[in-house]
Amino acid sequence: MSEAVALHTTQFVVFILSNEQYGLNIQMVNNIEKMIPITRVPKTPDFIKGVINLRGEIVPIMDLSQRFGLSIQEETEETRIIIVKYEDILVGIIVDEVKEVMNIAEDSIESITSIGNENFKDSILGAGKVDGSVITLLNIEKLVKIA
Amino acid sequence: MDMSQYLEIFIEESKEHLQGLNQSLLELEKNPQDVPMLNEIFRVAHTLKGMAGTMGFNKMAKLTHDMENVLHALRNNEINVDTNLVDIMFKCLDALENYVNEIVSNGSEGSNEYADIITGLNNALRKKGSIKEDAIKNVPESTLKATEVVVNKENKAEFATADFELNEYEQALVVKAHQMEMNVLKITIVLNKGCLLKSARSFIIFQALERSSEVIKSVPRVEDIEDEKFDFEFTVVIVSKEDEVYFTKELNSIAEVDNVIITKISEDTKAVSNDAKEAGHVLEQNGEDHENVDVKAEADHQKSGSASKNIKTTKTVRVDIDRLDVLMNLVSELIIIKTRLEGLNEIKGNQDYNEVIEYFERVTTNLHDAVMKVRMVPVETVFNRFPRMLRDIAKNLGKEIILEMSGEETELDRTVIDEIGDPLIHLLRNSADHGIESLEKRKALGKNEAGHIFLKAYQDGNNVVIEVEDDGQGIDVEKVKKKAIERGLINKDSAKSLSQKDIVDFLFKPSFSTTDQITDLSGRGVGLDVVKTKIETLGGIVEVETESGKGSKFIIRLPLTLAIIQALLVQICDEKYAIPLSSIREIIKVKVEDIKMVQKQEIILLRNMIVPIIRIGNILDVPQSEDSKKVLTVVIVKKGEKLSGFLVDNLIGQHEIVIKSLGKLLSGINIIAGATILGDGNVALILDVNSLAI
Repeated sequence: MSEAVALHTTQFVVFILSNEQYGLNIQMVNNIEKMIPITRVPKTPDFIKGVINLRGEIVPIMDLSQRFGLSIQEETEETRIIIVKYEDILVGIIVDEVKEVMNIAEDSIESITSIGNENFKDSILGAGKVDGSVITLLNIEKLVKIA
Repeated sequence: MDMSQYLEIFIEESKEHLQGLNQSLLELEKNPQDVPMLNEIFRVAHTLKGMAGTMGFNKMAKLTHDMENVLHALRNNEINVDTNLVDIMFKCLDALENYVNEIVSNGSEGSNEYADIITGLNNALRKKGSIKEDAIKNVPESTLKATEVVVNKENKAEFATADFELNEYEQALVVKAHQMEMNVLKITIVLNKGCLLKSARSFIIFQALERSSEVIKSVPRVEDIEDEKFDFEFTVVIVSKEDEVYFTKELNSIAEVDNVIITKISEDTKAVSNDAKEAGHVLEQNGEDHENVDVKAEADHQKSGSASKNIKTTKTVRVDIDRLDVLMNLVSELIIIKTRLEGLNEIKGNQDYNEVIEYFERVTTNLHDAVMKVRMVPVETVFNRFPRMLRDIAKNLGKEIILEMSGEETELDRTVIDEIGDPLIHLLRNSADHGIESLEKRKALGKNEAGHIFLKAYQDGNNVVIEVEDDGQGIDVEKVKKKAIERGLINKDSAKSLSQKDIVDFLFKPSFSTTDQITDLSGRGVGLDVVKTKIETLGGIVEVETESGKGSKFIIRLPLTLAIIQALLVQICDEKYAIPLSSIREIIKVKVEDIKMVQKQEIILLRNMIVPIIRIGNILDVPQSEDSKKVLTVVIVKKGEKLSGFLVDNLIGQHEIVIKSLGKLLSGINIIAGATILGDGNVALILDVNSLAI
């Protein structure tokens, strides 16, 4: 009887985007902000909404729904900006609602390269299965590359 | 013993020493007889050896020691300064720099022994004849015996300074003196080892001598004695009516004089050496004294070595660059807060508050200026590697090139200094390679054989201007035009209407080169394009002036301050943007009818000058609102000498703003120079005038 169970669990911040659940590795999440006015920046991809003033620092803001071609939701009281940091790049991601922090074990993560459109595929780490629900886990490293 | 805490200091100081050595060696090459320079080089090399030895970097210490041997031989006139020798010395300096770089990246010197350089050094030494060679080889490595000059001198003269020959001129003086029935005396004076102010004491001695004689020779030279560059003895040759008895009495009566040895110089003595009889019993004692003198002089050398190292840095403090950045950031934040304070409604109306705010503003502005000054570094730090570099390039090309630099004290922000070196090197290489013609060509054209390159730096308003000018062949505009047509960058007809300036601009396009040969240095067509990009990244511009046959001048303009600037806030539809004030020439109102079209470009006439109009709202993709204004606001900006007019909807006002970077993700957008945080907390983008203007 093997007792060695893969106890590698990672913590993910789970949020809602176009009525679907997504997760980001908590190690790379800096903080979560309420929605604030965004200043548009010309000559950037459509999904880059602009920049905000985060306590004196300029942070670019990305709309993932737009990037992934999902239906765009209206801004509500629950809308948040999740600030992520990869190496020394800071980026804010607009999400419809932030739900909770979950522990997801490594062996509960299934790779789903066959599902999803082109825009999506690279950015996905896999799908995490927890308590019957499925959370699409995002690859932050790929997200911050906008070229 | 753990030396790692001293590692940083070691690296900093080694770099400084090596830089100084590079400069000194160049000077020595120009003036091979410059003894003080040679001594300076020896001292610095010696200090380096000591430092390396202390830190346990034995390879560095060995190389420096071998260098010292050569320098020592130079000092004794046993070998001469020639280009080969200087080349070997430069190679040594390069090797030492490599050691230091290894230490910086890996913490240890690396394994390179540079055997070839050491052989080169030994070969140089071998030139001076076999007798002295053994003497040099026997020099022990211990740092105590630094002043080998005294110890190893042949035993003929127990007074090192007393053994010399008179040159022709001096011999003539001797003859003349004898004709006039005067005495020619050689006097060796030994000071007491406890003498503290040797220069003062020797001054008194010289005064005493000059009262009744004329000093025709002094070993060491008078200047060196005045600078205390001697151990405890010196020798003079004087001409006087008085005799040795007189002087013995005179000099011995001066305090702190231990010993006075006088010999008469007779008519036909050429080599003047000590009378062995006289000095006999003193020999042993002096032998010992010399040992002690060595140690003390060694300490003196170390001290004076470090003291004379930097003439300019008398009262300076080494500050970590990171700390300066922290300081700068805090000042920036202060200014943002000040702006927000000004904007608060409670404050706006109130008289008292306004007074306080005004004072606050003045203080923050002064603080900002002071901190900016701290970050300013003279361009000299970048310029000082150029003479050496150009010397090497000139040698490789077989051309004679003289580099003249001016304005090295002009200051630039530290961040700009770091980046400006590479573009300048490229421009200098270009001038040397393509600009300056070969010796034969120059002679044939009636120009000076030596080509001149002028490197100038000066401040002009809010900018620092750096010029690289050469008196070479200039840029062949026709050739450039042809190449541009060949490449398809322009067609034949339009080419005719291009101004010289426009044609020369093609040189800055990627992969453009008109040379037929690609040399090691240039010709691949990569350089000028990179230069332009680098300079534009720094917020500057580069222009060229050239005249065929006369030469070319590359002009680089860089903004002075980087982080906090005065700007004009403008509104375009619903969006706010900032334009740096330094780029603005004037603001005018223009009637819609006044805008004319010339070759599909909108222009206006500004006091009879044609100024292109740029609808930046369009370029910035600003969501347009209904616009039916009859009178438009145009901000006239300048890009170098050229003017353009930016069309805006409204002017908000002049503000001092803090430039914030857009962050790594968005920094590639060239029309936006950065962002700033307004008083209301919102972000406004700063326009990059150079990219938007024509």
